[in-house]
Parts: sequence; structure tokens; C-alpha cells
Amino acid sequence: MSSELQGLYQEVVVDHGRHPRNFRQLEDATCTAEGVNPLCGDQLTLYVKMADGQIEDISFLGVGCAISQASASLMTAAVKGKNEQEALALFRRVHVMLTEGPSGEVPPEELGKLAVLSGVWEFPTRVKCASLAWHTLRNALQSESESTVDPVSTE
Amino acid sequence: MTALPSSALVPSSQLGEAGEASPNGRCAFDVEDLRRQFPILGETPYAKPLVYLDSAATSQKPQAVIDAISQFYSKDNANVHRGVHYLSERATEAYEGARAKVQGFLNAARPEEIIFTRGTTESINLVAQTYGKTHLGEGDEVLITAMEHHSNIVPWQMICAERGAQLRVAPIETSGELLLEELDALIGPRTKLVAVTHVSNALGTINPIRQIVDIAHARGARVLVDGAQAAPHLKLDVQALGCDFYALSGHKMYGPTGIGVLYGRSELLEEMPPYQGGGDMIASVSFESTTYNKIPYKFEAGTPDLAGAVGLGAAIDFLNGLGHEALAAHEHDVLAYGMEALSELPGLRLIGTAPAKASVISFLIDGVHPHDIGTILDRQGIAIRTGHHCAQPLMNRLGVAATARASLGCYNTRADIDALVAGLGTVREMFQ
Repeated sequence: MSSELQGLYQEVVVDHGRHPRNFRQLEDATCTAEGVNPLCGDQLTLYVKMADGQIEDISFLGVGCAISQASASLMTAAVKGKNEQEALALFRRVHVMLTEGPSGEVPPEELGKLAVLSGVWEFPTRVKCASLAWHTLRNALQSESESTVDPVSTE
Repeated sequence: MTALPSSALVPSSQLGEAGEASPNGRCAFDVEDLRRQFPILGETPYAKPLVYLDSAATSQKPQAVIDAISQFYSKDNANVHRGVHYLSERATEAYEGARAKVQGFLNAARPEEIIFTRGTTESINLVAQTYGKTHLGEGDEVLITAMEHHSNIVPWQMICAERGAQLRVAPIETSGELLLEELDALIGPRTKLVAVTHVSNALGTINPIRQIVDIAHARGARVLVDGAQAAPHLKLDVQALGCDFYALSGHKMYGPTGIGVLYGRSELLEEMPPYQGGGDMIASVSFESTTYNKIPYKFEAGTPDLAGAVGLGAAIDFLNGLGHEALAAHEHDVLAYGMEALSELPGLRLIGTAPAKASVISFLIDGVHPHDIGTILDRQGIAIRTGHHCAQPLMNRLGVAATARASLGCYNTRADIDALVAGLGTVREMFQ
């Protein structure tokens, strides 16, 4: 089995993919957004509850590959309690990790649990799967301030 | 199985001219000899032997096709139908020679019934935008089936919306079989055209075209057949099928990309308006009016893909050289072996189990998304397709978001299936 494959499908990824955390509808969400990745049919709905400028609660529902489900699951855990700027700053750092790998300017170990997705950069076709939840989060946060926001598509 | 070293490739000089079978003859089906004619099968992705199981997306190309294209550009290239010079005549001969080969391949009555297009998609759009535009009115109907590729759905949606016509859909069994009685019941007095795939790209189902044609013609409806997946596998005879239009793509049948065919019965083509305007499709032009060329040129505006047509001709020679019966027996053996082998894997569900099927093995594995299956197989050198296979309505009908699909070509062997099964073992390990 190739080491890249083992790097991509680390146990934590497989576990989060199979048993995603915060996988539910949020009844009192203040904003929601839809994301789709037409290439593999990943689809998710993100629910965010903002309070005092902070992400008080966040959850998602959807179907998709292990990478997209695990990424959404890990993201919800990572951004809970952050404000919009902090969450978007984290997205920028995750994006660097996904696209530039270990030689990028963000050492994966600084990203805590999210670092289990650091193997994705070796699989360019899977970067969209891993970043879908984050793009959707950005849309959800924008929709707080704007009236109409198009659904996210990573195609 | 081992990769073929490139030194084992038969030099192109021994393959004979495009148009001849290999000089060593092929009474029996010698798949190892056949594989050596496909240079790409010697590639080693991630240092693994290539196991190519994605021929329904596009087939690989034999050396004879690669050489025919190269030779056209090296020796024959000029524009067709207009030059007075030597090369133009040679190019015209090569291009019209390719048309004659397609005519033979489809057993069309006349060469002018063969129109070169960019592929099946353009062929279907051509019929929708010409025949559809002149024959569909408010309240008329076009009937398709639930297993169509997007290319046999969207062109009809577009023309139906434009003309105020209705698109209707004949249902299928969960196994992937067409419900012929339901199709029969859906053809009414307003049905102008039935557009149906010969072989489903996502399921492999072979549809009973002759029966569909008989039902449709009895009610005065025309029939277009999407033959993209059938052309590399089935013996085709448009006169025996009785269809009005037949569309195919060169690249799915060992020919190049960018070239395809629309067959149309000549009396229909004669009365259809042109598809695109431009050079070659005209008899005479003035600023006041233009007289169109005769068929097939009326539908071939602009300089066509000459080398593509020549390459397609070489692909037809290649297929003819294999011998249809030997090819069908070999492909059936590998398909049956593959269906059996995969059906025995725990947690695996085959999608598309119609009794009449060709060359497609679609499947799902419990708890593993097809895209993850595809990535894990890819790193083992095994190329499959995952996703909705450009058939989203079919996926919805079957209640799945996507499938993994292994699809076979003439060069696939039981060893490729063994490699797939071993690769799926790694998938299971990873997701245990």
C-alpha cells in the first residue's frame, strides 16, 4: 500500500468520514449555506449559529466521499468558538496546507487536528473535496451580511 | 500481470498499412498480441503496471490508428474537395475513403448517409437542431429513456423548450432493463421522435433497438440511436436495426477524439435544413441567397477533422481485423468473469445487471464512497471512473449519488479483473 495513500486515509480521516462529528441540523442556525462538488457528488448543508460575533454552534448534513465528510467534521470542531475573522484566517492556513503541502508556509503541525488532512496535497483531484466545507463556511458567514448568496460549487 | 516493456511493441512497419489486418493473421483471439499494439498499455503509473478499465470514457488507441494520423500529416495533408493539386486529391481520397469505411461498418445503404461530426454529442445536437427544429411543434413529444447520457437528454430539452414540445421518459427496471411495455405506452400520436441509447454507458444494458424501432415506426415516430457505447462492442447494421439516425464517437472505438459520425437515412437528410453555415456546405453563394450543397456536405460546414476521419477509418480496419465474433466472445468472457468475481466480494453491490449487457461493471461498496475507491485504485495503477457518469437522472432513479465503474475494451483480460479484485482488497483494508 503506498505511503501517500496511508497519508491520505489516516485513521482519523476514515473515522471522521464514517462517523462525522456535529452531523445534524441546527434548529436555531442564524445562517446556512449549501456546497456541492459535482465531480464526485459531494453535497453538504452547513448550519451556523452566530452569537456576539462568534460561532457559538456549527453543524452540517450531507453526503460525500470520506475526505469531504472528514474535512467538514474536523472543520466544525475547529471553528466552534471563533469569530468570523479567526475562522476565515484558519481557512487560509488550511488552504495553504491542502495546496502546498509540507513545504508551504504553514507547518501542518500548527493546525492541530486539521493536520490529518495534510496528505491531501499529494492528490490534486481531492483538494476540492477537502476544501468544500471551508468554501461553504465562507459563504455561510457572508450570508449573515448579504441577502442573496449563490450556492458554493467547487467545479 | 506484468507491464509490457516498450521493446515488446510490434514496430509499426510490421502492422501493415492502415486498412490491413496484422500480417500474422488472427484466426483465434490473441489478446497478448493485441495488447502489444497499444503502446500506452506499457505505461506504469506510480511505477505500477497500468490496468486500464475506463474504456467507456475513452478507449486507448492501437499503433495502426496513431500511425494513420501521423501518416496523413506526414504525406497526405491538404484541404479537401477544392484543391486542384496532387495533395488535395490524396487528402480527399483519404477522407472520402474513411467515409466509405464508416458506411461499411454501419452497413448504411449509401456513403452520403454518413456525416462526419465532432462526436456523438454533436451528432445528436445536429438532429435536434435540424430535424427537431422543423418537425417539432407545440404539444409534440420526444421520448427518451431513464438511462440516457446527458448528451441524449439536454439537446432534446433545449429543442423541446424552444418549440413548446414535451420531453417524456420511458422508465427502467432497477436492474437497468428498459421497460419496453411502458415505452410502448408512452409513444402517442404526438410522439415525433424516440431517442434511445444502444448500450448504456453507466450500466452496460443493451437495448432492443429493432423492437423499439418497430414500435415507434408503427406510430409514425422516428428513432435516433446513441451508439457511442455500442460501436466498439456490437456488430452494427443500421438497415437491420431500421433506425432513422445513428450517432457514434471515434474515440470510444479505438479512433481519435474530435471525430464522430451521424448516420441518417438519405430521404430524411435531404429534407433537413443545414446545421451550420460556412464553406463546403454550399453549392453557390451570393449576398442575396445561397444554394446548399448536396448531402452529406450540406451538414459538414468548414474544414472537417480530416486526420480524425482517417484515424477513425484506421480504427474500423482495426476492429474488422479482430473479427466481430472472436472479439465478442473475448469481451463476453472477461465481462462474465468480472461480474462473477465482483459479485463474490463482501459488501459489494453491482449496479446494472440486465441480462443483455456489454462491457460495463458498475458497483458500490458499503461504507466507501466511489471517489475514495477510485483514488485508492488509481494509486495501484488501476484506472476506473467514479461519479455520475454524465447520467444524473439515472443515478437519481437508482437512488445513488455516484457509482464506481470499471469498463472493458478489447485489450482487457481476466488478469485485469484479478488486479481490480486485489485493488478492492486494499480499499477494504483501508476502510476497515
